[in-house]
Amino acid sequence: MAKKFICSQCGQTFEAASMPDKCPICGADASKITEVKSKGINTNGNVYTFCYAAVMVIIVAFLLAFISSALKPMQDANVARDTKNQILTSLNITGLSGEAIDNKYAEVITSELDEQGGKVFVATVNGVTKYVLPVKGRGLWGGLWGYISVNEDKQTVYGTYFDHESETAGLGARIKERWFQEQFNGKPIFNEDGDVVLTVVKKGNSKVETEIDGVTGATLTSNGVGAMVTEGLNAYKEFLNK
Amino acid sequence: MGKLFSKENQEVFCNPLNLNNPIAVQVLGICSALAVTSQLEPAIVMGLSVTVITAFSNVIISLIRKSIPNRIRIIVQLVVVAALVTIVSQILKAFAYDVSVQLSVYVGLIITNCILMGRLEAFAMQNGPWESFLDGIGNGLGYALILVIVGFVRELLGFGTLLGFQIVPDFCYEHGYMNNGMMTMPAMSLIIVGCVIWAHRAYNKEEK
Repeated sequence: MAKKFICSQCGQTFEAASMPDKCPICGADASKITEVKSKGINTNGNVYTFCYAAVMVIIVAFLLAFISSALKPMQDANVARDTKNQILTSLNITGLSGEAIDNKYAEVITSELDEQGGKVFVATVNGVTKYVLPVKGRGLWGGLWGYISVNEDKQTVYGTYFDHESETAGLGARIKERWFQEQFNGKPIFNEDGDVVLTVVKKGNSKVETEIDGVTGATLTSNGVGAMVTEGLNAYKEFLNK
Repeated sequence: MGKLFSKENQEVFCNPLNLNNPIAVQVLGICSALAVTSQLEPAIVMGLSVTVITAFSNVIISLIRKSIPNRIRIIVQLVVVAALVTIVSQILKAFAYDVSVQLSVYVGLIITNCILMGRLEAFAMQNGPWESFLDGIGNGLGYALILVIVGFVRELLGFGTLLGFQIVPDFCYEHGYMNNGMMTMPAMSLIIVGCVIWAHRAYNKEEK
């Protein structure tokens, strides 16, 4: 690092690696030369610390706000498309992406009804009417939601889709996988007394057709799905019995 | 180029993979190693995400290291990491929605991962951007390596699959083989990490 020196005889400043024997400009000897200490900012002072923190927070806040608002329309479009895809998945229509989802959705979903339990999507799959019922519930760590499609007679399940906010990856999060959701296909919703009994039980414990195997190692999430299905369908009971 | 890949820089990159492994030796990032290793795929995704974020936050902190007030340096590091992770997740949500859905659980885990803070504090605050970048990549990969080992063992023994494909053949199940449900529990990953550390230290005994 080069150091800065000033000569008091000629008043000039110059740079050198170490204290020179004499001034390179006027030739005055070393006693006339003094080192100039650069006045760097004291990065440990209170004022500097406060200013640094304030500036940093403002920059980061603006950056995040800018990125968030600039990307919002694209994100909303993605979320809307993903919702459509989830509804299609509950109708056992999978493997679509991009524009194909929008087109298929427009083709399959014919109308939306406002029933007592909430919204109902009316779909026509291969010429047969199906009804898609949105349901919400609680998992182990956060919310769960799903779509249950029922056949035209409203007595059996046609297909399901479940999703989660923050279940454990590899365990509770597996309710999102198709093998779990497909277990529901064709299962009856009601028992002989007309009560909604479709639910999820611990794997290997299911005795009747309305009890679905849960996910191994994710008992609490599976119970959450079971409660969501039972309560969710119960809310639509009037619609289902119509 | 010679300087960029000098012997010191190679050491910066290679040490975290083995002799100075973030999990096995520094014992950082254990909590996320428990959370995401029940299957191989989330372990790989988490390992790569941490690698990328560690590398870039290391570079940023290294660039501004001389201006950071000493007393609030941890806060500055945390702000940089959190802002970086949030921006990346926002961009993914807009342009690669499927990936962002898969990563959503990990975002919180990446921000609070001690490896990031540990490397920022121990390395990036004292070293230049290029060395810090290498250090970030090295530590991220070292972390990913352990995660993959643990995820491999847990998925194979707990589910009989790897990356979702069935490995244990059906006739084993027919003859009474059962998947080990214990392996799907977080506690088992601690035990496996323990075994990995044991093997690692036994192997490297002479070199220390």
